[in-house]
This record gives sequence, structure tokens and C-alpha cells, in this order.
Amino acid sequence: MDSMISLIQAAIVFGTVIMLGATGEIIAEKAGSLNLGVPGIMYLGGIAGLVGVFFYESAAESPSKIVCILIALACSMTAAALGGFIYSLLTITLRANPQVTGLTLTIFGSGVANFFGGSLNKLAGGVGQISVATTSSAFRTMIPGLHDMGVVGQIFFSYGFLAYAAVIIAVLAQLYLSKTRQGLNLRAVGENPGTADATGINVIKYKYLATCIGAAISGLGGLYYVMDYTKGTWANDGTIEGLGWLAVALVIFATWRPKNAIWGSYLFGLLYWAYFYMSGLTRSSQELFKMLPYVVTIAVLIAISLRKKREDQPPAGLAVSYFREER
Amino acid sequence: MANGNAVNEKKEPFVRIIKCDNTPRWYAWSMRAVAIVFALLICAVVIVAITGLNPLEVYKAMFEGAFGTERRIWITLRDMMILLCVGIALAPAFKMKFWNIGAEGQILVGGCATAACMIYLDNVLPLPALFLVMALTSMAAGAVWGLIPAIFKAKLNTNETLFTLMMNYVAIQITSYCVALWENPYGSNTVGIINSQTKAGWFPTVFGQQYALNVMIVLTLALVMYIYLKHSKHGYEITVIGDSENTARYAGIDVAKVIVRTMLVSGAIAGLSGFIAVAGASHTISVNTAGGRGFTAIIVAWLAKFNTFTMIAISFLLVFLQQGACEIASRFNLNDYASQMITGIILFFILGSEFFINYRLVFRGKMSKEA
Amino acid sequence: MTSANAIELREISKHFGEVIANDKVSLEVKKGEILSLLGENGSGKTTLMNILSGIYYPDQGQILVNGKEVNIRNPKDAFDLGIGMIHQHFKLVDVFTAAENIILGLPGKMKLSMKRITEEINQLTLKYGFQLDPNKKIYDMSVSEKQTVEIVKMLYRGTNILILDEPTAVLTPQETTQLFDVLRNMRDDGKAVIIITHKLNEVLEISDRVSVLRKGVYIGTVDTKDATELSLTEMMVGKKVSLNIERAEPRDTKELLFVKDLTCMNKDGIKVLDHVSFTAFGGEILGIAGIAGSGQKELLESIAGLQNPLSGSSIRYLQKDEDAPQELVGKSAQQIKDMGVSLAFVPEDRLGMGLVGSLGMVGNMMLRSYKRGNSIFTERKAPRELAEEIRERLGVVTPSISTPVRKLSGGNVQKVLVGREISLKPRVLMTAYAVRGLDIHTSYTIYNLLSEEKKKGVAVIYVGEDLDVLLELCDRILVLCGGKVSGIVDARTTTKEEVGLLMTKNEKGGE
Repeated sequence: MDSMISLIQAAIVFGTVIMLGATGEIIAEKAGSLNLGVPGIMYLGGIAGLVGVFFYESAAESPSKIVCILIALACSMTAAALGGFIYSLLTITLRANPQVTGLTLTIFGSGVANFFGGSLNKLAGGVGQISVATTSSAFRTMIPGLHDMGVVGQIFFSYGFLAYAAVIIAVLAQLYLSKTRQGLNLRAVGENPGTADATGINVIKYKYLATCIGAAISGLGGLYYVMDYTKGTWANDGTIEGLGWLAVALVIFATWRPKNAIWGSYLFGLLYWAYFYMSGLTRSSQELFKMLPYVVTIAVLIAISLRKKREDQPPAGLAVSYFREER
Repeated sequence: MANGNAVNEKKEPFVRIIKCDNTPRWYAWSMRAVAIVFALLICAVVIVAITGLNPLEVYKAMFEGAFGTERRIWITLRDMMILLCVGIALAPAFKMKFWNIGAEGQILVGGCATAACMIYLDNVLPLPALFLVMALTSMAAGAVWGLIPAIFKAKLNTNETLFTLMMNYVAIQITSYCVALWENPYGSNTVGIINSQTKAGWFPTVFGQQYALNVMIVLTLALVMYIYLKHSKHGYEITVIGDSENTARYAGIDVAKVIVRTMLVSGAIAGLSGFIAVAGASHTISVNTAGGRGFTAIIVAWLAKFNTFTMIAISFLLVFLQQGACEIASRFNLNDYASQMITGIILFFILGSEFFINYRLVFRGKMSKEA
Repeated sequence: MTSANAIELREISKHFGEVIANDKVSLEVKKGEILSLLGENGSGKTTLMNILSGIYYPDQGQILVNGKEVNIRNPKDAFDLGIGMIHQHFKLVDVFTAAENIILGLPGKMKLSMKRITEEINQLTLKYGFQLDPNKKIYDMSVSEKQTVEIVKMLYRGTNILILDEPTAVLTPQETTQLFDVLRNMRDDGKAVIIITHKLNEVLEISDRVSVLRKGVYIGTVDTKDATELSLTEMMVGKKVSLNIERAEPRDTKELLFVKDLTCMNKDGIKVLDHVSFTAFGGEILGIAGIAGSGQKELLESIAGLQNPLSGSSIRYLQKDEDAPQELVGKSAQQIKDMGVSLAFVPEDRLGMGLVGSLGMVGNMMLRSYKRGNSIFTERKAPRELAEEIRERLGVVTPSISTPVRKLSGGNVQKVLVGREISLKPRVLMTAYAVRGLDIHTSYTIYNLLSEEKKKGVAVIYVGEDLDVLLELCDRILVLCGGKVSGIVDARTTTKEEVGLLMTKNEKGGE
């Protein structure tokens, strides 16, 4: 029972990171931007939040938790959105190849994050690891009175606020895309930019905003990883990159719907951690177990190309550059 | 200037983008050079802001890091060759407009196959045979990894970008599995140097140089691939499909067959890069054996427009940056991820510069003059 | 309500490079009327209407809407003035429902209340007599339903001036009747409707007035009640223009290609070729006339092995005089080539199908011949010589024979393509719109090349759009109408009117 509960907890924490990453990417892809820079953007979001509060915590006598959280969120989202902006500028305005640009963004983001993550203390004149204990504990604060309510409390209420925020963001993204005028316009931009343009939608503006806002949300995934998963420290172990690609996988698995990303992310978490709770696995066969989320995604990818159901396909204008051509 | 039509002039957009096809080659290359200079300036600003050091000193240190000693030159060459080899692998796929993002995985399975041969066959086969088997199994493994998405693309039109991307992670987990399986010493979570005593399966020294064979193999491959793409019938079919699938069908080319065949070649060479990385460089296998080269090489191949000789220059630039950044990092006690950051900035600028090569901006007013 | 015209165009001109699409065209459209805009392919009808709907900006001239001079820079400006255009290629998002497409891009409350929108749409469809399920997805719809969505989309936006480009080209007779009922309702509602068409019987049936364009020039406007099919055809095709194309009498003609009951579906499952039968003779030029999209493309592609004709179709080809003709249906382009069929094909889409834009002349010469020989390498010497020869003989203007052909001008691109195909020494040569977009000089080069091939005994099939050329270049003319052969006439004795009528012949009530 206990191991079951801790599996669920591990899956939800794991899932939250990729849910945020995937929700942001879904918004961008729905507007036609195939941003393969998600890992880089999550890196940027993670490190910027960490660096921001690091300076605040070192400067302030007794750092306020609320301020810590606000600084972390603001820094994280701004940096991630900037990453999205670089991508947009290059692919939308300067018409560079989307895939290549996205991969470059991943290289850049991982470089920036690991560079600062590894060297910040040295640069700031200190020694040892960065640690932002106050902020991290703020991010991990659970709802008082609820998390100790037995099994229910352990399963549902033993997480920091971002875990709930992630679900809320995903639900809002789903509602935005499917129930609002702007969401409809945004999807039209991703499906058929020529048609969207002809109906008077500002295609460029939608693509820029969707990519940048999507990036900001993906960046929160990186922040959650840093503040909650690694408890306010930094490790140059490339985990965020792996999680970033898993977020891209989740976009496909969710067939470009944020609501599916919610349960999909937890499922990925379960699949990913299942080995830990399976008896009789050797250390090597555990590694094979960890490939499950990717194998499942491949299966989904094949299934959607087999079934050819139109609603499940990638947006038709994905990674297709659009210019209102000179005749 | 005065065309007399005031209404028309007022309505003209502020800036218009005009595609130009006839950009001279010198202009294109000087545009790229300007982009690199700008990128280095930005990097310099970043370096000064972070370290407070004279950027010229830093660039000097980078240069020394890459070429300071004979050994460093060889290390630079070694890394460059592996990156170039992956770039060569990707060239035919990308030329065909098949988005093979899966080189990372193809390298890893090739590396695993190589390591497996080294571990299990070192006492079984004589050295030349072992060598041959290693090369062949690595190519076969890479080819299979390339083939799976290709078949689905050819038959079901499954999105190859996403498929190959996922295949990377399956390969990474297989590698982790192998690492755990072959762990040495126990508990280290690494495979350690394979056959460190016998050196069975290691690349032999040629001309007294440890990495000379790597250079020879990869440069030969570069030449062969250049000829394959430019002068073979296969290469011609790849060019036609990359240009227009309709034209390919018109010319009687079996598009599905060529997709599968090309990915077989692409995957096999990527697998061979894994062989070179394991047998010719690190003599071990880990999830970092590919080290992001599968992704970086896409950029190498793309920027070189699939010309394998231009790829030599671009992979040289990138590896130089990496080696140089490692040197700065150790000298100034920073970490060597700075190289990725600098690489990223330079690539952004080069990607952006393509726009100014292919398009001209015409500002308001100029237009009516020309018209 | 003023009595001003809904639309008034004054001396509108539009050039595309050298080509004059509209030359000082003036036109008036009244409120509460249906105006037909009549003209052959390339007469400038669509360009003129694109100017009105904000796709193109005119070089010269004025546009007045409801009596006020306006400036239409983009589709949004046109919408704001109440002008809506329905293009031949529908601008719809496939995975959206009809209702979603209809409200796309409109301002309004953030939250979408599809229920209310559906009601509004239902009211609209009821008012004008449409059949439309607002919640149906576009990809599930027939062409006619998609067209309905486009029309409702315009009405929902408050369009008062509706332009339809060839609206009946894709409709069945029953669907056409329905559409016309709707258009009449709109007219009675005080809206102005312009339809671009070249089907004369429909013009007579639906419109109040007819305006005719020919080769970019405004010819005139007549009241429909005073017009007949013959009078309109005369206005549309004009007097015969003599082109002085050299035409030899066919000699030693022999049957080379037998097409029988060729039937073909397009991707959407619509029959684009319907039991087409004819025979092509060596030593003659067979012209194929028809309104754009009447099945010309599919006909040529079927012969080239690039389509999948339905069973029952037959294309037989005589390779050697002593042999029996061989069946081509069911074989791929490569198999047809392997059979030794010497067939040359100049497709309509020159750079997208006939040539490799990124390669030079040499590389493009290889397209037909690179497989020759057992070497794994391509042979370059012969293609280079061929490229040099074609460059010399046809006067291809290019910096070098290795300059990517994409960078050449349209005329030179076509010379490369035609030159290569003729170099195959074909027995059958098919060309689609071989002179489209070319200047007079290059066009004559092409005519002469085709005539030479004919003299060599080749069966030349020439799909064209300019009737004057068809009449002077070809020996026989096959007219396609809606995927069917509506007639095969002798080019020497027929008239433009006869061909024009065959092109627009619309069988009512099936066969």
C-alpha cells in the first residue's frame, strides 16, 4: 500500500513537469509552430527562476516566501518566453527552418542553464552548490490540514501549488483552444494559415503570441523540476533535456489536446517509475522499463497515421512556413 | 520617385520582402561571415558581463584550448571527425527532405553493437575479423534504427520527425540497459574502458597517431558520400525527390523504395559513427556517447546544404568552439557548458543570416522608384 | 437607399510583368441584380474580381462602392465594404465544422456560444433556402456543401456584394439548380451578385445582365433577355484572328494510340474523366480544347501512367507497325518506359512535375535518361552535349547549363522542357498548355517544334486554351466538357463558335 502511494506520488510529481512542458508546446503547435526547443525552454525556465531567487535570497535578510515565489515565476516565465521569442523571430519573421531552429534553441538553452547552474556560485563569489532553501520550501508547501488526511491526503494533497496550477493551466488551455473565439482563430492559423489570413486573422501575431506564451508555460515545467523535484538545487545531469523530449512525446500522445496531456502525463509518470516498484527486476531490466513512455508514444503515432482520423492528426500547417506570397 | 499616384503611395507597406534567387556566392558567404562576427561580438559581451575578462584573452585561450598542443589538435580532430561522420550520415536523408532527427539513437545503437562485439567476441575472433564484425554490426544496428521510421513513412506517411525523435529515447534506454549489464567495476554505473588490457577492437595507431585512422575513415566517407550524392544514380533520385515528389513520379522513380533505401544508408553511417566513437575514441559506451551530436549534425548538414566538404568547415567551427570553451572553463574555473551557449548564439546568427541572403528588404519609397 | 450602383469600376488596369491581365476595364453592378461576367480562360475575369476582393491591388483605375470611391488593400477592407468572393479553391479549414468556419476571424465575445451561432446560421439558411448542417465537419462534406458554407460565411459577415468564381464547375445539375434558387433569393433581398462563368446556358438562365471580357479588354454588356447563346459566343471569342502558324497537310497518318472508355476519379472521388474514347494518329496534331479543369490533366497523366484509371478503361499503344497494340492501363510510368513506349510528356506544372528546379539544364536532361547503363554512376557526357545542343538550337538564355533552371525565365524553362522531351524521339508527344505565359516569339518557337514533330510522323497531342491557336495549329480538335468528349472536329473547317459551344455544352438530365 505504501509503495503504491509513493508510486502515485512519484508519478504525479514527474507528470507535473512534463504536463507543463507539453501544455505550452501544444499551444505553440496548434498555431503551427513545431518548436523542438522545448527542452531548451524548460532549461531556461528552470535556471532563470533559480538564479532570480538565488540573488534575492542571498541579498535579503529574511526572504519572504511570497516574494520568492513571485520572483521565481516572473524570472522563469520571462526567460522561457524570450526563448520562444528567439524561435519566433527566426522562424516566423526570418523564415529559418523550424526544426533546425528548435534544435538550436535546445542546445542554447541547455548550454545557458548548465553553465549558470554549474558556475553561479563561483561567479557570485561563493563556494559549493547553489541552494535556495526558502523558495524551494515555499514551492513545496502543501495545503495545511489536507495533506495529513490519510491516504486521500497523501495521494491528492501532498504536492506544492504548481502541481495544481499545472492542471488548472492545462484545463484553461483546453477551454481556450476549444471554447473561445481566439482559440478557434489560433487553431485555424495552425491548420490553414492561408484561410486564416483571408478571413482577416493576423497570422503573424497569433503565431508569435502562441509560441511565446506556450514557451512561458513550458518554462514553468523547468521551474517546477528545479524547485520541487530537485528541491532548489541544480545538477548538470541532463535530466531536464530528457524530460523536455518526453514533453514533446506527450504532445503526440495527447493528440494535441491539453486535457489528454493531464492524464497522459501521470500515465507517463507511472510508466516511468513502475520499474521502481516492480519486484524481480534487475538494474538493467529496469532501464528497459523506462523506455515505455516512448514506445507507447510511437505506438500512438503509428495508430493515428493508421486510423487517419482527422481530428487526431498533427495540425496541417505544422512546421510549414507561411508567407502571403507576392503573386 | 514621383509616380503621381498619391493614393497608391500612401498605401504602400512600409517594408516589402522580395525573394531573390540570384544571390552571388561571394555575397552569401560574406553575409554568413558577418553573422559569425556579430555572434562573436555578442558572445564577447556575454563573456565580459559574466567573467569580467578581456574577451580577446578569452578567445586566445579558446584557440589554445583547441590547438595549443599536438595532443589537443588531435583531440579536436577526433571530435570533429565524429561530428562530421554523423553529418555525412544525415546528408542523404535531409537532401531527400526526410527529417531524420534520430541520428542520436542511430549512433547509440551502433555504439552498443560495437561495444557488445568488443565484450563478447574479443577472445573468439582474430583481430581483423573482430574489426570487420564490429563495423558491420554497428552499421546494421544503425540501419535498423533508420529503417523503422522510414518504412512507416513510406507506407503510412507517419510523421518522421516525431517518430525518429522518439526512437532516440528508446535507443538511450537500450544503452542504459547495456551499461547496467556490462557494468565494470560493479557498482560504478559505467562500463569502464573496454578491453583496457588487450585493446582488442581498439582502433590501431596509424603513422604513430592514435586518431589517424578516424580521420582517414571519415574523410574517405566524406568523399564517397560527395560522389554518391553528386554522381550516382541513387544520389540523383534523392535530389529529384527532395525537389519535388511529383517530378520523381513523372520520371518513374519509386518514391517509397528510395525513402527506405536512403534511410538504410543514413542509419548505417550514423551507426558507423557510433562504431568510431566507441572503438576509435572513448573505448567505452554510455548514454553520453552520442553527446547531442545527432542533433548538432543536423545543423551541420543543413547549413552546409548537404555538401560534405562544406560540412568539414562547419563541424570544424563547432568543435573548435567546444574545445575552446572547455579550455576557458577549466582556466577560469567555470564549466564547459559555455561552449553550448556560444554554439547556440552563433547558430542563431547563421540561421538568421540566411534570410538576408535569400531575401531583400525594400523600404517604402524605393519601390515606386523601381517600378 | 440610394440608387447608386453597388459597384462601379472605372478604367481598371492590372499588369503581371509583361502580361496585361486587365486593360482599362470599366464595369457597373447594380443592387438587386445578378451579373454574369463572361469570358474565355485568361480573359481577365478572375483578376478583375480579385482586385475587387482585395487580393490584388490595381495598377490604375478607380473603384466605387455605393457611389463612393474606395481603396481596397486587402481582403479585410473588402469585407468591411460588404464585398465577399468565393474562390474556386475554397478557403475553409478542413477539420472545423461549418459553423466554426463561418465565424472564423470575426470579432465578438471571447466565449464561443456555438448554440447561439448555430441558431443564427439556421435562420440565415432558412431565409435563403440553403441546406446546411452547421455542425458538420468540412472534410465530411461534398463540394456543393462546402460551397454552401462559403456562401453562408459571406452572408453571415453581412456581405452585400457576392462574387462567385465558376461556382457551377464542380456541381451536379441538381445542385446547380439549388444554387441558382439561393442566388435569386439573394437578389430579391437587394444584394448584388456577380458570377464568373463561361457556361452560356447558365448565363442565360440566371443572370439579369451579362458583361463580356476578352483578352483583358472589356467588350460590352447586354441585357440577358436580348442575348442568345450565339450572340454571347461571338462577343466572347471575337472575330477570328489570323496567326499564320505554319501547318502542313498530314501525310502517312497511322493510328498510334487508342483510348477507349477511359474513366478516372480524382482524390475526392469525383469523376474527372468519363468514358473518354479517341484515337491519335501519327503525323497529325490532335488539339484538346475545353474549359480549365475539364479533365485535360487527368487524360494526359493517364496516358503517361501517372493516374489510376478505373477498370474498363483502355489505352493501347502501337509500338511497332507489325505488332499488336499494347495495353498501358494498370502500368506505372516506369513500366511503360520499360516496355519501350516512346512517349514524351510536357506537363502543365513545368517546375513541379516536368523539371527539377534545383538542378541545371544538364541535370534536367538526365531526368529521362539517368537509368541507362549498368553503372551505378550517372553518365554526364551525353546529357551535357544534349543540354548544349538544346541551348544552342532553341536559344535558351541561361548563364550556364548548370544554372538551376528555377532561376530561368518562364519561356526558357519551357524551352528546356520541350527540348528534352523532343530529344527522346517520341512516337507520341503530349503537351499541356505548352505556351501559357510565354511571349509571342517563344510561342512560335514551340508551335514550329510541334509541327516539325508532326512531319516526322509523331502523334502530337496539344492541350491548349487559346482557340485561335488550336484552330490554326491542330489538324483535329477534341473538345472535353466536364470529363466527357463533347465532340471531335476538323480544325480546318470548324469555327471558334462551334468549338466554344462544344466547350460549354451542358447536358441536362444525364447522358
